[in-house]
Amino acid sequence: MTQRLPLIIFALVMAVIPLVPGIPPFWIVLLDNIGLAALVAMGLVLLTGVGGLTSFGQAAFCGFGAYTTAVLTTAYGVSPWLTLPASLLVSGIAAVLLGLVTVRLSGHYLPLGTIAWGIGLFYLFSKLEFLGRNDGISGIPPLSIGAFKMLSPDTIYYAIWVAVLLSALLTMNLLDSRTGRAIRALRRGHVAAEAFGVQTPRAKLLVFIYAAVLAGLSGWLYAHFQRAANPTPFGAQAGIEYLFIAVVGGAGYVWGGVLGAAIVVILKEVLQSYLPYIFGGQSQLETIVFGIMLVLLLQLAPQGVWPWLMSKLPFKPTRKTPDTSVKLEHRERAPGTSPVLLHIEKARKQFGGVLAVNDVSFDVNAREIVALIGPNGAGKSTTFNLITGVLAATGGKIFVQGKEVENAPPQEVVKLGVSRTFQHVKLVPDMTVLENVAIGAHLRGNSGAIASMLRLDRADEAKLLAEAARQIARVGLSDQIDQLAGSLSLGQQRIVEIARALCVDPMLLLLDEPAAGLRHMEKQRLAALLRQLRDGGMSVLLVEHDMGFVMDLADRIVVLDFGTKIAEGTPAAIKRNPDVIKAYLGAAA
Amino acid sequence: MNTTIMLFLLQDGITNGAIYALLGLALVLVFAVTRVILIPQGEFVTYGALSYAMLATGQVPGTARLAVAMGLVAFALDLFFARKALHARLVIRSVALNIVFPVALLGLVYALVGPHTPIAVNIALALLIVAAIGLFLYRIAFQPIAHTSVLVLLIASVGCHLALQGLGLVFFGAEGLRGPALSSAAVTAGPLRFTGQSLAVYGLTVGFIVALWLFFGYTKTGKALRATAVNRLGARLVGIRTTLSGQIAFLLASVIGAISGILIVPITTLYYDTGFLIGLKGFIAAIIGGLVSYPLTAVAAIVVGIVEAFSSFYASNFKEVIVFTLILPVLVLRSLAAPQVEEEKD
Repeated sequence: MTQRLPLIIFALVMAVIPLVPGIPPFWIVLLDNIGLAALVAMGLVLLTGVGGLTSFGQAAFCGFGAYTTAVLTTAYGVSPWLTLPASLLVSGIAAVLLGLVTVRLSGHYLPLGTIAWGIGLFYLFSKLEFLGRNDGISGIPPLSIGAFKMLSPDTIYYAIWVAVLLSALLTMNLLDSRTGRAIRALRRGHVAAEAFGVQTPRAKLLVFIYAAVLAGLSGWLYAHFQRAANPTPFGAQAGIEYLFIAVVGGAGYVWGGVLGAAIVVILKEVLQSYLPYIFGGQSQLETIVFGIMLVLLLQLAPQGVWPWLMSKLPFKPTRKTPDTSVKLEHRERAPGTSPVLLHIEKARKQFGGVLAVNDVSFDVNAREIVALIGPNGAGKSTTFNLITGVLAATGGKIFVQGKEVENAPPQEVVKLGVSRTFQHVKLVPDMTVLENVAIGAHLRGNSGAIASMLRLDRADEAKLLAEAARQIARVGLSDQIDQLAGSLSLGQQRIVEIARALCVDPMLLLLDEPAAGLRHMEKQRLAALLRQLRDGGMSVLLVEHDMGFVMDLADRIVVLDFGTKIAEGTPAAIKRNPDVIKAYLGAAA
Repeated sequence: MNTTIMLFLLQDGITNGAIYALLGLALVLVFAVTRVILIPQGEFVTYGALSYAMLATGQVPGTARLAVAMGLVAFALDLFFARKALHARLVIRSVALNIVFPVALLGLVYALVGPHTPIAVNIALALLIVAAIGLFLYRIAFQPIAHTSVLVLLIASVGCHLALQGLGLVFFGAEGLRGPALSSAAVTAGPLRFTGQSLAVYGLTVGFIVALWLFFGYTKTGKALRATAVNRLGARLVGIRTTLSGQIAFLLASVIGAISGILIVPITTLYYDTGFLIGLKGFIAAIIGGLVSYPLTAVAAIVVGIVEAFSSFYASNFKEVIVFTLILPVLVLRSLAAPQVEEEKD
């Protein structure tokens, strides 16, 4: 377990620090503060850096955690350990309520929305009578084990850092799993993830709750560390500060959150204690310098300090290659074995005044390669989007294996055994080829978030990765399996998309311009692969502009022009069809 | 409910709402053009207001010196980024904008400052100072990272807010300031008394909305700014200088902020950190307006102002809670109404 080694060393170092003789107690306080901030930042890493949901409101969730234990322990005399689940639960429930509203917000509404409720909650904390208004609640009992009370900073230190290390471990486990891949795909838009069955709203809500619970944990620890809770540390400023801790450290990396917390807490401390010596007792000077240093840091390392540090490492962490001998069960197939796999009846799509697809009807039979061709803007990709449920049809009916797909969402269509690639490649560039392809097998696994965190998903995970590796080998990209998808050529990325689609174990494969950007030899290999898939029982519907490729490969061709089907037939018949020639070359030809 | 009280509250709400509308407009403008969520907008408000108030007492505000210092940094950055291709024209332009302009401004402030300087001169000086700061702020903090994600720009924006707020304390002290009214005229209509000040607030707000609408709808520069907002790369390819667009956006935002500040400083005492909260209420209006629509933002701002006025009368303790949670129902409505669209983010 080579990946665990640095973590164990780090844990040992942290365990020894308070025992070093002569270490200033003040350092331990700083480390406590770093740990508390790191917990919140770690949640933000998952939420913002990985999931792409920016939140300024995390401090408010700390407040929920802190006030829950404060009220329960002081007013009701509940033991501090018993309030831990209560604190986490309250933060989690608050996150569900706010998250249901918030995570649906697109783009920039989201951060602004979180600022707004973050401030609203801060004022609520400072006005409510039973939370002690602006003075807050004091006299919170310390954490204790038996008769041992964690009163001093160096005893609660262990509680804080055990929480940090455990959370880091759980978070990394989560990211390296089926659910984690779904979360990591969120940032790049939801169409691709949904095409493979990911319930993106649910995945977003999940990370939102996860981040809130981590913040609640930090708040709970904070309350027992300070033995008091007042509104100030849970306000908008604190919420903003947590976010920039994550960004400074490296918003996409779990350890970036910890590093960011260390940088920001220490920087603030240094500025507060040394600036007055240099410039005389000028107040607020540290805020000025702090703000300026923040801007400077972002200009030097916009991705954060952690990835910058990692790129300086002399060695690269190695990845384990998956064992391809593990079998993944086939997807359950619908019993209906009608010879017509896909039946499209007068499909129609209107965008305002534009009729993109005009009553198009055609079939795809079992074991058949059908090509959908037509000039640019003929409605080919729109037809794909209607079949896969990305767009809702304005009219008409679409049947898969005799079952009507009544504008079902993409997550349902893929369950019928229809998988696709995209005209504009939709891979997650900072995930490896293997991880990208494994998203295709999302529906063939069943481990949830909690199982992934606790590493109970390994058998399931090994099967998914093995299947992904097999499909990568099938399309001939085994040499690139551990490269980041973004580093591949566009042609290769298209092939990765095909491997991802194959991971669904589909009956019907929809390929949107698969040969674009491929070299001659690569096209021949792709054609051979598609023939092999057909002979293995799969059907392929493809959109392509390379006529040589299409005529050579397709069993049947459907021609669209301005959203209307103008011809259908064998390649030989299509080549001679006067309407097709007119559409492609103009009337004079 | 007493009609007079209601009318008073309405009037108060509309006056504040008009200010929020101005700030909301500036935020929409900056975000649309540069993707920066301008947290330091509040500092433009306080800088404008307090510089004006200090000038009115015959003192030289520290902001004038800050403009000179920022100009020097901007000049250094200009030289550094153009070091591979240093043209005389470029250097002259940079010297004129970054050094001559703020230094001349500082000189002007020293020359004109005094207890009997006309109000109009003080206003002009305060506006020029804040305009210079806004312009240089974009050059220094945002132009070098203009290509990065909204999140990074946002954090940089927070950094600027912290630095500027800290500087505000240094320049203006912890004591609040109040400025002289723009005019002492007043009109009475029924039970209500409209001061010249509040009339100026209404007039300027409407004026700005119309001016922005004309600017973005009918001028070439305005259209270029909108093009930059939609697609940076595309705008550059057709010859729009996107850095210039960013500078114009910041210039406009800082001037709007400063004007808002000057409009309210005779009505309420402003402290060095008041701007943040005022700016945030502008934000609420901007969010309700969807960060794209100017008229909707203006209407939303008025609503925010009115809600604030009424809740401060009936539930003053929960005034801020009510104002800031006002946004949640709006967000819910937006979530329900807006179709899920694909976003390609960097």
